[in-house]
Amino acid sequence: MNKAILKIENLTTSFRIGSNYHAAVDDVSFTVNENEIVAVVGESGCGKSALALSIMQLHNKQRTKSEGTINYNGQNLLTLNDTQMNKVRGKELGMIFQEPLTALNPLMTIGKQIEENLDYHTSLSKDGKKKRTIELLTQVGIPYPERTYKQFPHELSGGMRQRAMISIAIACNPALVIADEPTTALDVTIQAQILDLLKDIQSRTKMGIILITHDLSVVAEVADRIIVMYAGQVVETGSVKEIFNNPLHPYTRSLLNSIPSATHEKNRLHVIEGIVPSIAKMDRVGCRFQDRIPWIPKMAHEQRPQLHEVAEGHFVRCTCYQDFYFQAEGDESTHDITQSR
Amino acid sequence: MWKFILRRFLVMIPQLFLLSLIVFMMAKAMPGDALSGQEINPRANPAELDRIREELGLNDPWYQQYARWATNAVQGDFGISYTHKTPVTDVIEDRLWNTVFLAFVTLIFTYMLAIPLGILSGRYNDTWIDKSVTGYSYLGFGTPIFIFALIMLFIFGFALDWFPSGGSVDSKVEEGTLAYFVSKINHVILPALSTALIATTSTIQYLRNEIIDNKIKDYVRTARSKGVPESNVYSRHILRNSFLPIAAFLGYEITGLIGGSVIIETIFSYPGLGQLFLSSVSLRDFSVVTAIVMMTGFATLLGTLLSDIILSAVDPRIRIE
Ligand SMILES: Nc1ncnc2c1ncn2[C@@H]1O[C@H](COP(=O)(O)OP(=O)(O)OP(=O)(O)O)[C@@H](O)[C@H]1O
Ligand code: SF4
Ligand SMILES: [Mg+2]
Repeated sequence: MNKAILKIENLTTSFRIGSNYHAAVDDVSFTVNENEIVAVVGESGCGKSALALSIMQLHNKQRTKSEGTINYNGQNLLTLNDTQMNKVRGKELGMIFQEPLTALNPLMTIGKQIEENLDYHTSLSKDGKKKRTIELLTQVGIPYPERTYKQFPHELSGGMRQRAMISIAIACNPALVIADEPTTALDVTIQAQILDLLKDIQSRTKMGIILITHDLSVVAEVADRIIVMYAGQVVETGSVKEIFNNPLHPYTRSLLNSIPSATHEKNRLHVIEGIVPSIAKMDRVGCRFQDRIPWIPKMAHEQRPQLHEVAEGHFVRCTCYQDFYFQAEGDESTHDITQSR
Repeated sequence: MWKFILRRFLVMIPQLFLLSLIVFMMAKAMPGDALSGQEINPRANPAELDRIREELGLNDPWYQQYARWATNAVQGDFGISYTHKTPVTDVIEDRLWNTVFLAFVTLIFTYMLAIPLGILSGRYNDTWIDKSVTGYSYLGFGTPIFIFALIMLFIFGFALDWFPSGGSVDSKVEEGTLAYFVSKINHVILPALSTALIATTSTIQYLRNEIIDNKIKDYVRTARSKGVPESNVYSRHILRNSFLPIAAFLGYEITGLIGGSVIIETIFSYPGLGQLFLSSVSLRDFSVVTAIVMMTGFATLLGTLLSDIILSAVDPRIRIE
């Protein structure tokens, strides 16, 4: 077993809207180990970015409240002040953002933007920083690093920009990199290259990676563990193998699409309609997913589903799912709940 | 870059030609000429006036007059001022430097106020600092410059008598001495400050809004994710991007000040182009009027070019070839 790098316990992050705080990340706990890729998946608005930014503490402090613990290297990051946190950000924790064009400063050369990271966390000389930057650009597969060093973000293609973004994140050999949808803005072929690159860097540095995505297929090959989020909560988590072979939560199944239900093997899963409720309007009593399975009466849902272990390392929030038959598309005949137990 | 500038200068030629044509026609369309005032003078001989008109070519068809005027103007000769009895260029030269000096000092005051206030207001938006700065801006927007300038003149020029209330330099001091320079500064402060206090408010608001827009941009979050301390997030990222449009606006700002000097120079009896323009219009001194309009037009085109050059220098996304 690899050493744990980051241990998140009961993390709740709330945003102030009007005069009230609403949780976008609700009681989330998980661990990231060395040399491991943990994928966080879920639809738009389920709180993935809010989670990532909470770890980095990049939320606007006036409007955001984070509770719980984020343990890194024996300290709770949530208790650090800005100056202390600035020593962690960029050095111990790196972050890759979704949109590499807007995430880079349009007025600064790529070289300078990477060097800026080295400015604050290393004591390298000017030449040393340049040398390291060129080395990083080479490492992330940029074909003409010397030239790219002097170029501005708008002069690079999307894929190259994301590579530059990755070299910023890994400049100081961080123990953990958080990649928030690093491939969403890119072409499919480039997506695979970027994921391979992350994997490749990991094999050398043993860093942990939190890979955020809304696309489960992206993570099948690269991730070790999967955390499925819905409405700010973790609804299912387990090894990639477990989640793909034995997805239990209806939401996970809908993400995986067309996985046969436990009771009716031949039927495909009903495509679940609707969207993640907004944090201000969310009903926090009872299961947050129930509105999206309207063909099951409200009473039949579990009142306060808790995460519980079903197999080693495989947790699901809900027990009653196994009693339900999920209607296949076009299958009108079985509207009622099949209670096979 | 040089090619671009050259091309822009070439484009200016037809623009200036058009402007000169319009200006000339409008000047001609004005009732009377420089000699009209003499007609009511009982001692003036109408035949003599006609002779002078003939001599000056004032009776020729307009296109001949225009051609004559334009050829000379291209060579830097705008003719003789009828009222000053000296070449127009001589009349204008001193005034031009006065106006440029006033514009320059005004610009310095404007930015000295706008930059710190805009930064404070944008960085700490919705705090009491921002609210007071914005309140000041609204006052600035709402106050007409001529009323404000009169108040300033009354308070600091007459009541307190801290600054001279007119002119551009003390007539008693000798040119080239330090006292001369000090006197020039003394004379320019009040008109410059009056303009700046009002004009700066739009720059303050512009800078404030740029900062508020920029500080929530993705690249700022990236900078923070690198562990860049907040003060450097501002100086190296947010402010640089926020200054961009303001720097680019500098060219227009300069032309605006030169063109807009009429009111302020008249109120402070400051002998600049604006004041000269107004007096020349009322005296029907066409040669001076047309020369000033042409110069202001040229300055506007130069200002636009300057803005484009600055923008391309500060923004790598804009390339001029
Ligand atoms: N700064 C904020 N203030 C208020 N609400 C916010 C803020 N940031 C996010 N939210 C809300 O929190 C919820 C989670 O947002 P988040 O950005 O984490 O979603 P996400 O899972 O990253 O979605 P996406 O796939 O679109 O990136 C959403 O309902 C969003 O509207
Ligand atoms: S309570 Fe109902 S909606 Fe919620 S997870 Fe369980 S089965 Fe699904
Ligand atoms: Mg997101």
